[in-house]
Amino acid sequence: MADKNGFFDLSKKSLSRRTALKGMAAGAGLALAPGFVRYSQAQSSAPIKIGFQSHRTGIGAAYGRWYEKTSAAAVKAINDAGGINGRKVELVIEDDGTDPARGAEVVNKFAKQHKTDIVFGTLFSHVVIGSAPAAGENKIPYFVVSEGHHVASTKLNRYVFQPGITDVKSQIQSMAPWIAANAGKKVTQIFPDFAFGYDHRDYLPPALKAQGANVIAQIAIPPTESSFTKYFPQIPAETEVIYHVMVGPAVLTFVKELGEFYGSQRPQLFGFMDSLEAVDINSPGLEFLDGSHFWEGSPRYAQPDDSAAQKAYRAAVGIDDNGAAVGDPKDISTASHMFGCWETLYVVKKAMEDAGYKGPEDRAKLVEATEALKEFAEGPEHPQGPKTFNGKIHQCFGIQNISKVEGGKLKVVHKTKIEDGLYEPEGDYTTQAL
Amino acid sequence: MRDASPAKTYALHIVVIALLFALNFVLPDYHQGLFARIMALAVFAMGYNLLFGYVGLLSLGHAMFFSAGLYGAGLTVYHLGWGVPEAFLAGIVSGALLALAIGLLALRTSGVAFMIVTMMFAQVFYLLILYFAAWTGGDQGLVIQQASRAIAIGGVSLDLTNPTVRYMGALALFSVVLLITLAIVRSRFGRVLVAIRENEERTKMLGYDTVTSKLIAVITSGAICAASGAAYALLFGYVGSNFASIQYSILPLLWVLLGGAATTLGPLIGTLFMYYVTDITSGFTSAYLLIVGVALILLVLFAPKGIMGSIRERWLGWLP
Repeated sequence: MADKNGFFDLSKKSLSRRTALKGMAAGAGLALAPGFVRYSQAQSSAPIKIGFQSHRTGIGAAYGRWYEKTSAAAVKAINDAGGINGRKVELVIEDDGTDPARGAEVVNKFAKQHKTDIVFGTLFSHVVIGSAPAAGENKIPYFVVSEGHHVASTKLNRYVFQPGITDVKSQIQSMAPWIAANAGKKVTQIFPDFAFGYDHRDYLPPALKAQGANVIAQIAIPPTESSFTKYFPQIPAETEVIYHVMVGPAVLTFVKELGEFYGSQRPQLFGFMDSLEAVDINSPGLEFLDGSHFWEGSPRYAQPDDSAAQKAYRAAVGIDDNGAAVGDPKDISTASHMFGCWETLYVVKKAMEDAGYKGPEDRAKLVEATEALKEFAEGPEHPQGPKTFNGKIHQCFGIQNISKVEGGKLKVVHKTKIEDGLYEPEGDYTTQAL
Repeated sequence: MRDASPAKTYALHIVVIALLFALNFVLPDYHQGLFARIMALAVFAMGYNLLFGYVGLLSLGHAMFFSAGLYGAGLTVYHLGWGVPEAFLAGIVSGALLALAIGLLALRTSGVAFMIVTMMFAQVFYLLILYFAAWTGGDQGLVIQQASRAIAIGGVSLDLTNPTVRYMGALALFSVVLLITLAIVRSRFGRVLVAIRENEERTKMLGYDTVTSKLIAVITSGAICAASGAAYALLFGYVGSNFASIQYSILPLLWVLLGGAATTLGPLIGTLFMYYVTDITSGFTSAYLLIVGVALILLVLFAPKGIMGSIRERWLGWLP
C-alpha cells in the first residue's frame, strides 16, 4: 500500500476550496436533516404508530418484502374496520439490513426518534436477539415474527413477544409423531452447521424417541460448503427417512446432488419449507423432491378445504392459488412464515384494546395485557389456525401442516394438533420487573 | 507533518473531547444513543488506524481482534458471571494475546500476503465462533442481560443501560484511547512506526528493530480494537458472530480511509460520517448502500487522503 512517493496518495489532485466548501455545506445539510427534529408526542386521536423493523436489504430481503406486503394488508384491514381503540394504525418502516447491530439501532430509532408505540416485525434470529436488549432498555414492546426458540427460551427480556408464529422447537416436536408413523423409524438428519440447524439437531432426537423412532445419524454441513456429494456416503444404508433443513442458495445444489446420489431408489425425504421459501418448487433441479414431504407453517398452495378466513387472507395479501404474487407467477411468497405478521398485528390490536392503550405511557399495561392472553380462535384474525398463548414465555402454540410435493404443487396431507407442539416452559418472563 | 507545540495539539484533542462531552446534554435521545455507539466503534477504527495509518500494514482481519474483546468480555459475564470491570479487562487481554500470536505469524509476511494471512486468520476465528456455538451462541449470538451490565463503585451502581451512563462510558474509553494514540504517534516509537511505513529497509539500516516495533504495534492495535469490542458487548448487551465476519474487517478500513488514515481524529470523523450517511439515507431509499458507495468513490477521487487528511494537507499541517 505504501509507495515511495506518498502514502495513500491515490491521486495527485488536491482539494479545491470550492470542493471543500461544498463538502462542508453538505455536512451542515446532513446535520440539519429531518433526523434531528424532535418529534412531538402522539395525541390520543393521532394514529397508533407501529415501528416495523424490516429486512429490506441483506440476506433476509425476500422475507422482508413479503413481511411488508402482509403487514400492509393487515394494517389496511384493521384500519378499514375502525383501527385500534378508534385510532388508525400507521406502519413506520426502517430497514435493519438483516444485521443485528443495525437492528438494535433501528429499535432505538423507533423508540426515541419516531416515537412509535411498539416495534414489530423481523424474522432472522440474530437480528431479533441483537435487537432485544435495545427493546428492553427502551421499555418498548417488541413483537417478533421470527419462529426462533429464543423468545420462548426466556433468555431475552419481558418486552419481547412472539404471539403470531410458533417457535421452531414446537414445530420440530410436532413433526415427530407423523414422521415416525408414516415415513420411517430410522432417521438421518442433514442440517447446516449453525444455529438454525442446531435447533433441529437438538430437538428432533428426543421428540422422535418419544414416538419409538430414532435418529441414526446427524450430518452437519459447514455454512461455507457449496457441494455436498462428499457428505452423502455418511448416510447409513438402513436410513428410512432423510430429514433435511438446508437453507440458502445452496439448497438447489443440495437437492440436485442428493438426486444424483440416490437415483430412483431413495429413502423417504422430509424437509422444512424454510429451505424453499420464496423459491419455486418447480425450479430445475428440484424434481427429485417430487413425492417428498415438507413442514409448512401456512400452506403455500391454496387447498381444496381452505377456510373462508384463509381465502380472505390470501386475497388481502395478494397471493394466487400457487402462492405467488397476483400478476407475477415468478414472485413466490414466503407463505410459511408471513402469515405471522398478519396474526401478530391482530394480537397487538387485541392486547391494546384489553389494556385501554392510549400512548407510550401505557406500554407496561400493554405488556401485561399481552401476557394475559390465552387463546386465539381461528378466523379472519388468525387464518392459519387456532392458537394458544403462554404469557410466561411470551410464545404462541398452534397447528402445523405437513405437505406432499405432488405434480409440482404442495398438498397438505396432515395437520398437527396444538398439543403436539407443547413443551415444559423453560422460564417465566413475568417475574422480571417492568 | 509540520511540528506543532504539544500544547496546541493536546488542546485540540481536549476540545474535541469536551465537545463530545457537551453533546451529551444537547443531542436528542436517539442521537445520544447513536453517538455512544459511534464513539465505541471509533475506538475500533483508532486501533485499526494505528496499524494501517501509521505502520502501513493493511490488515483484513481486524474483526477478530474486535470480536476477541467482544467475546472475551461477553462470555466471561454470560458464563462465569464476572463483573463489568473484570470482563472488560478480560476482553482486552484476549485481544492482546490473540494479537501477539497472530502478529508473530502474520508479520513474517508483508503487503498483499499480510492482507491475505490476516483475512484467513479472521475467517478461522469466525468459524471457531460458529463451531463452539454451545458456548458462543453461534450465529445467533447471546444477550448480556441488563442486570449483568452494571458497575458497583463504592456503593453506587452505574447502570450501563442508562443512556447517559452509556454515553459517558463510551466517551471515557474514546478519550483514553484518543490520548494514548496521540501520545504514541508523538513519541519516538511513533516516529519509528512512521519510518517503517515510509521505508522499512532504511529504518532497519539505521539500527531500529523493525520486527519488534511492528509486533508491538500489532499488539497495541489488537488490544485497542479488543477494548472497543469489550465495550460494545458491555454497553449494548449483544455478542454475535456477525461482528467477526469479514464485513467488520472492512468497515474499520473504510472508516479510517474516509476520516483520514494516519490522523488521530480521522477514525472518529470517518465512523461518524459513515453512520450518519447510512442512517439518514436509509430513511429515503433501500439503496442506501449505493449512496454510501458513491460517497466513498467521491472521497477517493476528490479527497484521497480522507477528510482529516485533506484538512491537514490544505490548512492544518500540524495535525497529528
